[in-house]
Amino acid sequence: MKAFLAFLKKEFYHVWRDPRSLLILIGMPMVQVILFGFAITNEIVDAKIAILDNSKDEVTQEISNKILSSKYFKLYEYLSSKDQIERAFKKGKIKIALVFENDFSQKLNRNENPKVQIIADATDPNTATTLINYISSNILDYQTKYLKNKSGGLEVVSKMEFNPQLKGVYLFVPGTITIILMLISAMMTSISIAREKEKGTMEILLVSPIKPLMVIVGKVVPYISLALINAVTILLLGVFVFGLPIRGSLLVLMLEIILFIITALGLGIFISTKVNTQQDALLISLMGLLLPTIILSGFIYPIESLPEILQYVSHVIPAKWFLIILRDIMIKGTEFGLIIKETLILFGMMMFFLIISIKNYKIRLE
Amino acid sequence: MKSYGKYIVEVENLTKKFGDFVAVDNISFNVKKGEIFGFLGANGAGKTTAMKMLTGLLSPSSGNAIVAGWDVEKNPEKVKLNIGYMSQKFSLYDDLRVSENIRLYAGIYKIPGKEIKIKINTLLEELGMQDLRKKLVGDLPLGWKQKLAFAVAMVHDPPVVFLDEPTSGVDPITRRQFWEMIYKASADGTTLFVTTHYLDEAEYCTRTSIMVDGEIKALDTPENLKQQFEVDNMQDVFVKLARGL
Amino acid sequence: MNKTFVNIENISKFYGEIKALKNISFSVGEGELFGLIGPDGGGKTSLIRILTTLLKPTEGRAEINGMDIVKDFKKLRKIIGYMPGRFSLYEDLTVEENLKFFATIFNTTIKENYHLIEDIYSQIEPFKNRRAGKLSGGMKQKLALSCALIHKPEILFLDEPTTGIDAVSRVELWEMLKKLKDQNLTIIVSTPYMDEANLCDRVAFMQKGEIMEINPPETIIQEFNEPLYSVKGDDFYHLLLELRKMEITKTAFPFGDSIHLTAYNNINPSELNAMIEERMRIKTETQKISANIEDCFMAKMINTE
Repeated sequence: MKAFLAFLKKEFYHVWRDPRSLLILIGMPMVQVILFGFAITNEIVDAKIAILDNSKDEVTQEISNKILSSKYFKLYEYLSSKDQIERAFKKGKIKIALVFENDFSQKLNRNENPKVQIIADATDPNTATTLINYISSNILDYQTKYLKNKSGGLEVVSKMEFNPQLKGVYLFVPGTITIILMLISAMMTSISIAREKEKGTMEILLVSPIKPLMVIVGKVVPYISLALINAVTILLLGVFVFGLPIRGSLLVLMLEIILFIITALGLGIFISTKVNTQQDALLISLMGLLLPTIILSGFIYPIESLPEILQYVSHVIPAKWFLIILRDIMIKGTEFGLIIKETLILFGMMMFFLIISIKNYKIRLE
Repeated sequence: MKSYGKYIVEVENLTKKFGDFVAVDNISFNVKKGEIFGFLGANGAGKTTAMKMLTGLLSPSSGNAIVAGWDVEKNPEKVKLNIGYMSQKFSLYDDLRVSENIRLYAGIYKIPGKEIKIKINTLLEELGMQDLRKKLVGDLPLGWKQKLAFAVAMVHDPPVVFLDEPTSGVDPITRRQFWEMIYKASADGTTLFVTTHYLDEAEYCTRTSIMVDGEIKALDTPENLKQQFEVDNMQDVFVKLARGL
Repeated sequence: MNKTFVNIENISKFYGEIKALKNISFSVGEGELFGLIGPDGGGKTSLIRILTTLLKPTEGRAEINGMDIVKDFKKLRKIIGYMPGRFSLYEDLTVEENLKFFATIFNTTIKENYHLIEDIYSQIEPFKNRRAGKLSGGMKQKLALSCALIHKPEILFLDEPTTGIDAVSRVELWEMLKKLKDQNLTIIVSTPYMDEANLCDRVAFMQKGEIMEINPPETIIQEFNEPLYSVKGDDFYHLLLELRKMEITKTAFPFGDSIHLTAYNNINPSELNAMIEERMRIKTETQKISANIEDCFMAKMINTE
């Protein structure tokens, strides 16, 4: 036990005496959340808009003017064909386009519900939603004022380009927590074990009577603490700075977070049993863990919109299940009973990684 | 080609400070053409720092040094082009073939394309390595690697070659064969600047300097040094000096 | 020899095609200072790693104090002290923290075994609060040795402890090993420096994974049976080349400030000197000498080829 405590102390020294890494580890998550957060809630000014007016009558003119007069938009061009819209988007000239059907005011007068189409560049989904909401409300506003006495109305059709199933604004917090925890837990443990191999200290540890399990647990504990601190910081920032709700049980939330941290640590140890240098550990963690976590967890791209094969692949990504759990607890306020399946899957993964890493941990140099 | 005076390396009051720490403290010496100049010192005595200044990698805090006719501070790039450098730790790429390594360095030192082919052939012939030209350097025995590294460091016929612990870890016969290459180069007029931890090798040098705490504490022929310190080998000279006796 | 402490039988180690060790057998007695001498790639590190339980031999077996190096590795790890080839301590820990750490993982304390390391550790104790990474080469070596000794090992392995460190630190390290040996610690040390062989009780010459000879250094020197001369003179390089051309010369190698020449038959040194002077037309000085370890190693290399 004494040996274990000595080992633990040494690990904390390693973390503590590397101020640069420590600063990144503590600072990066905060910066990331703040950047994400403000990028999303920031006001939008002078978004470039293109208008394709197939009617050019007084109603469409009036709606256009009303929109253009706001500080949110700046006219890029009046277009004359649908193709131009596509081109303008691809060149990145515009954020949003407005299309009026032909014979707009006549159709309106005949109660035929003429169509206004709003097309937005949703590569930046949050800006897109804001812009669309703004335009829609303007048009509806116009409709209520101008067409008070008429029974018909106009129909607003909005279309998201590039990201059809746009999700809500606050999803970034669970996503950031997932990535940060994965990064710190898996990458840092694998690097820290690989460093002992690289520097040759592993040779001495191996020749000593210290047990492999002690080395593994000793490596893991500092990073559990660090990851937990990060998770709490991100949650606090989310709640107090961005007004993020935590609708479900806080206790369940924390337990799930710990479960995920240990899973990621298991993965990190597993990686470290397979590599001999810090560089390899870093590369494998980044390519093998971080990218799949970002792409296949549902953080940025909804799983349903992935190609079918990748949807299957996503099942083995721990982050996917953790993200479902997080979103359910935080945003939907789901009871624990309803996320038992995901929790069990994650638990299974954790056991799997821990067992294979202990099995793979070498008691010799080869 | 630049012409040099009597000395090919002229060092005058060369000093390097890192903050408060004086790594190289006001050293001065000259090296003649064709000399084998031994550069000895304990770990941390400032050898590496001095070498880095002389090879144009580090600029001096004060003082100056002329190497192969160029000032190391004003024209470090010219210095680099006119010297050869071989270190025990790194010189050749293990994952390139023998001939590819030679071609690479020939290219780096701006040898014209037409001459490179001839150079590779003569060089391999001199080393007796014709059959090994297609071999990966990583697969060669250490002794061969070191000989090849030396030849590659001389590929552009530089007037001065710096050898940083060139014989570390090789067997005693290969070590001597290596020194014979050094003698030959010296007999051909090349100046060689050598660091080593094998003190018997200090005896092979024309003159040997010994650095202690950033200063050159002794500089003479091995013969004279042994007389001066009243001992019969360089090992004892070194130990006496380093212990401050 | 005292009671056998290490017994090695027919050990081989292959890495794929490469045969790092070929059928090595020898034994080391209790309290012996045993040297593995040879160039890099000779198999010294592989052999030490096998004996310290870090590698499994491909073939053969070995016992340390009656314990098998493969089966009983857990027990062995309690009695082995090991100093790897490169500095293997935690550079971001202080001198004292390193020592404390290694003491604790071996279930002991600095206090309990301080007497064992006092000689060595007292020299670096003034710097005990300095980070290990900031120590000079010689001090790092002393710390590493203290850490390898703190658990009172019964056998100490040192893999090239003197490579890359300066002559002064080398002398000091061997002084320390001598003292440890006097306390009846069994020591196996590897080195590429031939002159260090003289300081061992017995040495094994290793070359290309094989042992060329095992004997006390004095015996090795006594058994050198070729006539050996030292030749001194100006124009060293030409002298060397000319000496090689002489019919009587078997080998000629530079050795410090002279050339060591082995001859095919015994000849009076003044006669030899006259031959050389006539050939070179310069004044030379020739003496008959007895061999040193390096002469012996080279002769062995040439005769086994």
